[in-house]
Amino acid sequence: MSEKKTLATVWLDGCSGCHMSLLDMDERLITLSSQFDLVYSPLVDQKIFPAHVDITLVEGAIGNTEDLEKIHMIRERTRILVALGDCAITGNVSALRNACGAEAMLRRVYGESAHGPAQNATGKMQDIFVQLPRLFERVQPLHDYVSIDAFVPGCPPTADTIHFALSELLAGRVPDLSGVAKFG
Amino acid sequence: MSAAPGAKTFVIDGVDASATPGQTILSAAREHNIFIPTLCHLEGLGDVGACRLCLVEVKGARRLLPACTTRVDEGMEVTTNSPRLADYRQMTMQLLFAERNHVCSVCVANNHCEMQSMATTLGMTHVEVPYRFPALTVDASHERFTLDHNRCILCTRCVRVCSEIEGAHTWDVMGRGIQSKVITDLDQPWGTSETCTSCGKCVQVCPTGALFQKNRTGERRGKDPSFLPYLRTMREEL
Amino acid sequence: MMSHEELEQTTAKVQQEQRAAGDRINVCVAAGCLSLHSDAVQKSLTDEAKKSGARCSVRGVGCMGLCSAGPVVSHEPAQAVAAEDKTTAQPTRLYGGVQPGHAAKIVASLNQEPVRELAIDTAMPFFAKQTKIVLENSGSINPESIEEYIAAGGYRALLRALHEMTPAEVVQEISASGLRGRGGAGYPTGLKWATVARAAGATKYVICNADEGDPGAFMDRSVLESDPHRVLEGMILAAYAVGASQGYIYLRAEYPLAVQRLGVAIREAKRMGLLGAEIAGTRMSLHLEIRLGAGAFVCGEETALIASIEGRRGTPQPRPPYPAESGLWNSPTLINNVETYANVSPILARGSAWYAAQGTAKSKGTKVFALSGKARNTGLIEVPMGMTLREIIFDIGGGVPAGHTFKAVQTGGPSGGCIPESLLDIPVDYDSLMQAGSIMGSGGMIVMDDSSCMVSVARFFMEFCMSESCGKCVPCRAGTAQMHGLLTRITEGVATHRDLDLLVRLCEMVGATSLCGLGQTAPNPVLSTLRYFKNEYLAHIEDKHCPAGVCECATTPAEVNA
Ligand SMILES: Cc1cc2nc3c(=O)[nH]c(=O)nc-3n(C[C@H](O)[C@H](O)[C@H](O)COP(=O)(O)O)c2cc1C
Ligand code: SF4
Ligand code: SF4
Ligand code: SF4
Ligand code: SF4
Ligand code: SF4
Ligand code: FES
Ligand code: FES
Repeated sequence: MSEKKTLATVWLDGCSGCHMSLLDMDERLITLSSQFDLVYSPLVDQKIFPAHVDITLVEGAIGNTEDLEKIHMIRERTRILVALGDCAITGNVSALRNACGAEAMLRRVYGESAHGPAQNATGKMQDIFVQLPRLFERVQPLHDYVSIDAFVPGCPPTADTIHFALSELLAGRVPDLSGVAKFG
Repeated sequence: MSAAPGAKTFVIDGVDASATPGQTILSAAREHNIFIPTLCHLEGLGDVGACRLCLVEVKGARRLLPACTTRVDEGMEVTTNSPRLADYRQMTMQLLFAERNHVCSVCVANNHCEMQSMATTLGMTHVEVPYRFPALTVDASHERFTLDHNRCILCTRCVRVCSEIEGAHTWDVMGRGIQSKVITDLDQPWGTSETCTSCGKCVQVCPTGALFQKNRTGERRGKDPSFLPYLRTMREEL
Repeated sequence: MMSHEELEQTTAKVQQEQRAAGDRINVCVAAGCLSLHSDAVQKSLTDEAKKSGARCSVRGVGCMGLCSAGPVVSHEPAQAVAAEDKTTAQPTRLYGGVQPGHAAKIVASLNQEPVRELAIDTAMPFFAKQTKIVLENSGSINPESIEEYIAAGGYRALLRALHEMTPAEVVQEISASGLRGRGGAGYPTGLKWATVARAAGATKYVICNADEGDPGAFMDRSVLESDPHRVLEGMILAAYAVGASQGYIYLRAEYPLAVQRLGVAIREAKRMGLLGAEIAGTRMSLHLEIRLGAGAFVCGEETALIASIEGRRGTPQPRPPYPAESGLWNSPTLINNVETYANVSPILARGSAWYAAQGTAKSKGTKVFALSGKARNTGLIEVPMGMTLREIIFDIGGGVPAGHTFKAVQTGGPSGGCIPESLLDIPVDYDSLMQAGSIMGSGGMIVMDDSSCMVSVARFFMEFCMSESCGKCVPCRAGTAQMHGLLTRITEGVATHRDLDLLVRLCEMVGATSLCGLGQTAPNPVLSTLRYFKNEYLAHIEDKHCPAGVCECATTPAEVNA
């Protein structure tokens, strides 16, 4: 048997539900884990994305400047990049705000609520949160910015789907979920 | 083979088959258990050839032909699937998903949607064309039903069932191109419609989450348009 | 009841009146010149003629072709009006840019030298290279006078056909002439007529498609405004040939002048017994009605047009069934374009052999074009099929104005394509244009020079298709919007090669799967510009630069992600 593959999982603009579903594989995850080293993930303590990763699963869409920087970096350092879950593939729940735009969404959530922060000079909500990555007007799927090698739809994808996808990846194949995968 | 009088013989996916006079390719294909994807077609309603999913290759024809509206001719040679057709069908689904706001995970029709399952059947794993994210409205003014433009695919099943079967003609299409939308009466809130009988047929035939019954959740959200062929047949026999 | 003798009597009377009136001053009152207030010119010429007592008449006529020189006025000397042989007569003088203030000068010049500063050279290739069949009367007869149409030879073919030919013989003549539909697709007219004639059905209809919606097209409008009886005569002949007794002219409401003139023509033809019940004393009847379209381009598509006449939403339907078998109210229906009908009477009058002798092997006769854009001479022209694009643009059109170079010519409107300099020597016929990635279309011809960005041009036509799509079928409704979005990204300098690949895939898919011609041909402007001007696309994508300097391309990555 060949060397263990390195695996990373990343959490961008998503709810972490896809990661929960990953864990839902339960004991099957333990079986599979003999075939990979988890080198980066919200589930482990590693803070720096390694220079070379065999497989990266990305949950969540691209919603702000930080997401964008990350996905470009991850793409460069990853051999097989997998979009995990509907947010990564379609924008999904994260993109619900697209119809109204970032500014209107912030205003609704923070500006119009009773204890929202005071108005600032520019009158723009975005300018109040200067310490945070700036939100894009539109949340977009990963493949709008970088090339993606495999898509695993579902919100979240079921544990079975993820198991199938991961098994394929570990066996050196790109999982083809066409005809099986379902959105939602 | 003892064919009915006037029966047409033709070849579909390499298999010899027969069709009754005037029968469409789609109907004949289904009788022979050959799958052709459809969205705007619904058994019991007039066909419009709008979704283009059912396009098939017919030998000698200059263009692809919609199986739902094309009648079988003697000796026709039909191919219902090919790499090219599969590619076009997937692109059609992608165009539909990108046209409005389809968020299956939070949609009332999740797991009960013909569009969602068609995407799976046709092997769509992602959408390559840019999402348009239009700002659209929801009309919840009717006491029993809701119209959500975000999920409408303009198949006009609602328009047809309301006019052809219910005879109310409450629905119509307004506007052109990408701005088209279904409307009730003279583009007024559904709840104020004077023609709507609240029969609910449009809700049952709507393939997506665009039309749904209020206060129905979970597994009870499913729709059942199977009443249509029966209604049709009964009326024809009268 | 109208007979041959009466036609000749009418002709003699008109000619006599015209001779008695002396010199003839014709003012173009077709839409182009009218928009430049040629009605005021006509009025001051009339006043001036009266005041001076000169022996002349002033009349309003249809388009004389050189619209770019409008308002256009022509002066036929009395000797020429009276002459039997026009070739040896004194030439007609042509004036351009005529203002009401010029009236006195023109009237004073009748028996003198022409007015130099207004004169247009009638020997220039613009006029010399044209062959006029459809436009033969345009600009020389009063469109509101049926007598003048008769005096110019009109309605002879109709009477002869009604009295001496069977319907089948009329169909045969049209088939033999090789005439093809001028509405865009070039379907053989004789074949269509034969299909309708053969179709079973007690009631049949004839329809004239005058919905002309292509941007830049005004051929049909001009024919209707300048010589409406020619179209009526063609329709009556068609109705006789296929056995129809009811007909419709579907006309854009945006053409009020055409509506009015056609209305006058229908009334006059009825008054003369040439339309309505028992035409010219025969058993043939035809009732014609005008139906106004509300300006939807797609209503020019035949099945949508029929739906619109029936009072339904104007959306196309899958064919078959073709209108020839099942059209208006499910009856066999003949639908032809204005210019197609305008060719019918000359073919029957002069014979199919005469007609078939003009043009190329597969494209017979002439074609009217609305020449526009960056050419020195623009306006309405009629040329024999097979003339090269170069002759049309550089001889008739006079080439592009000084300081610029020719880049492309667009034919076929939103369904057509852009043809580059290297292909200018192809003959203008249905098949050659198709091979070059464009189409003949209905006759729009837009000349573009180096100041045009071909990506912007493609985007302009895509925008047109997107907003004129009826919205019925998915590929056209959503696909044109997507293609427009991608083209916009390219012009903004934010597109990638992935966008370009997607655009090409969509072009193929939308073209192959759309329900009607609008969607099926919407990709053509993109495909043809990609074929001949791909470097311009690449410049926008790779260098964020518009070679023609038309587009404002984004320059910083920040703008790209915004
Ligand atoms: C979107 C669309 C618009 C059209 N518009 C016109 C039009 O304005 N005038 C016209 O004569 N034909 C138009 N056509 C073509 C007609 O459908 C039809 O082919 C034509 O009227 C037949 O006449 P012909 O055989 O004399 O050309 C259009 C077709 C399409 C698909
Ligand atoms: S796809 Fe669903 S589960 Fe996954 S991150 Fe998005 S919202 Fe959460
Ligand atoms: S209508 Fe169907 S496809 Fe659209 S969001 Fe709802 S479930 Fe998904
Ligand atoms: S409920 Fe019945 S009557 Fe009302 S709009 Fe729907 S189909 Fe028409
Ligand atoms: S509301 Fe439903 S049935 Fe009506 S057009 Fe939209 S998707 Fe089709
Ligand atoms: S191709 Fe376009 S215009 Fe034609 S039917 Fe489809 S949507 Fe309507
Ligand atoms: S099912 Fe035939 S076009 Fe929609
Ligand atoms: S409109 Fe006057 S010359 Fe054409």
